[in-house]
Amino acid sequence: MKKQGNIVTRLIDAFRRYGYLLRQLVSRDFKSKYKRSVLGVLWSFLNPLLTMLVQYIVFSTLFKSDIPNYPLYLLTGIVCFNFFSESTGMALQSITGNASLITKVYVPKYIYPLSRVLSSGINLLMSLIPLLLVMLLTWTPVRPAILLLPIGLICLVGFCLGIGLILSTMMVFFRDTQFLWGVVSLLWMYATPIFYPETIIPAKFMLIYKCNPLYHIIRFIRIVLIQGVSPEPKAYALCLIASFVPLVVGAAVFKKNQDKFVLNL
Amino acid sequence: MIRAEHVSLCYRMTYDRVKSMKEYVVQLLKGKVRYEEFWALKDLSFEVRKGEVLGIVGHNGAGKSTLLKVISGILKPARGSVAVNGVVAPMLELGSGFDFDLTGRENVFLNGAILGFSEQFLKGKYEEIVEFSELGQFIDVPLRNYSSGMVARLAFSVATVVRPDILIVDEVLSVGDADFQEKSKKRMLELMGGGTTVLFVSHSLEQVRAMCDRVLWLEHGEMKMLGEAQRVCDAYQLGEGGE
Repeated sequence: MKKQGNIVTRLIDAFRRYGYLLRQLVSRDFKSKYKRSVLGVLWSFLNPLLTMLVQYIVFSTLFKSDIPNYPLYLLTGIVCFNFFSESTGMALQSITGNASLITKVYVPKYIYPLSRVLSSGINLLMSLIPLLLVMLLTWTPVRPAILLLPIGLICLVGFCLGIGLILSTMMVFFRDTQFLWGVVSLLWMYATPIFYPETIIPAKFMLIYKCNPLYHIIRFIRIVLIQGVSPEPKAYALCLIASFVPLVVGAAVFKKNQDKFVLNL
Repeated sequence: MIRAEHVSLCYRMTYDRVKSMKEYVVQLLKGKVRYEEFWALKDLSFEVRKGEVLGIVGHNGAGKSTLLKVISGILKPARGSVAVNGVVAPMLELGSGFDFDLTGRENVFLNGAILGFSEQFLKGKYEEIVEFSELGQFIDVPLRNYSSGMVARLAFSVATVVRPDILIVDEVLSVGDADFQEKSKKRMLELMGGGTTVLFVSHSLEQVRAMCDRVLWLEHGEMKMLGEAQRVCDAYQLGEGGE
């Protein structure tokens, strides 16, 4: 009990000291992302919508009949996976990209991957607007279950942060990670039901298929949005595990190696 | 205030920096992953009292900057320990936290946050920072359009706005034009007079003599001499002449 209190007070203390820095870094990431682009922040809305449109045109004849409300199904998948690939891709570069800072000023190093994931998180929140729009356009009833959406989103952010911590650590020691990750995340996209129904997966692979944490998180979000009901208790548990385990592993890997970062930058 | 005990630090240098997995495996198979150990700091022990100004002198590569990095917490010593009491304001390289796409104003807050200042503090001191930097209307222009002197002036203004417990200064007094140098020197002296502990690295012995109480002379990572400023500076100058 005592130890837990310690962690909590330490977290609060760290937040008071570095919360402002975190906000500054997040707003910098966000500002520089759309710097010098004409449409600017609008891209946060347009990007998922246009991706959905393309994939809808391509895949609707293939899978449409199997999936009720295919546009919404597609868009939730795209929004979640976009966040996953953007946040992990940015977190990957967070330590090596801030090398000039890390070698000159002492700041807890987890700030860098965390700020990257959070600034993609803002993007995620903004892409909820087109999501809601599509919900209304497809006449999907908005039910109280939508209030459960934050649980799914927080799990998603936690999962991505965990992966981001691992990737940023790997990147310091092996610069090949960035190219490897491009391939792995492509594979990951096909291993996740984004544009296809999960029923096309052969039953014998289902067990492996369900090891994918993103599968559980996206499933949770879809049940909440499309069916408008609360998922079964098991789905909550799986969703939390899918988020918590990678986060703890990522934090441990990062913590163990962070003192060696400076010597390898 | 600062107590260093048997501090040693080792850089591991590979002959060819192995930066990719493929390279690493290839080198490993060839049995070629060799490291050369380079001890940048060897068994340093010293203490700095509150309010003291400690100068650090030594040739290039003697370990001065490495020592400052260890004290400010950026590097962890391989052996030994450093205990520091109080808020450290490192001025290792001015403006290292600047983003050149953002304006001067945005950078004041970003860099201030990186140096560990709070939001209210920065808002309160903002006018003072801008005034000291003499940037005037340029404060709302992106940094990429600044001259290097302007960047340095802004950085110095942000870094010294606070009165830290410990100030670490690495060759930053040569910032800006003559007027600004005079001004920044005055600001430094002000800070030093106000009970701030200062670690001061400079190649200008004149500055060291003028500002420091005690001087630490490093050579190849080892402590060659530690003592009263004039005495160490004299010895250092003699040693330099002798080599």
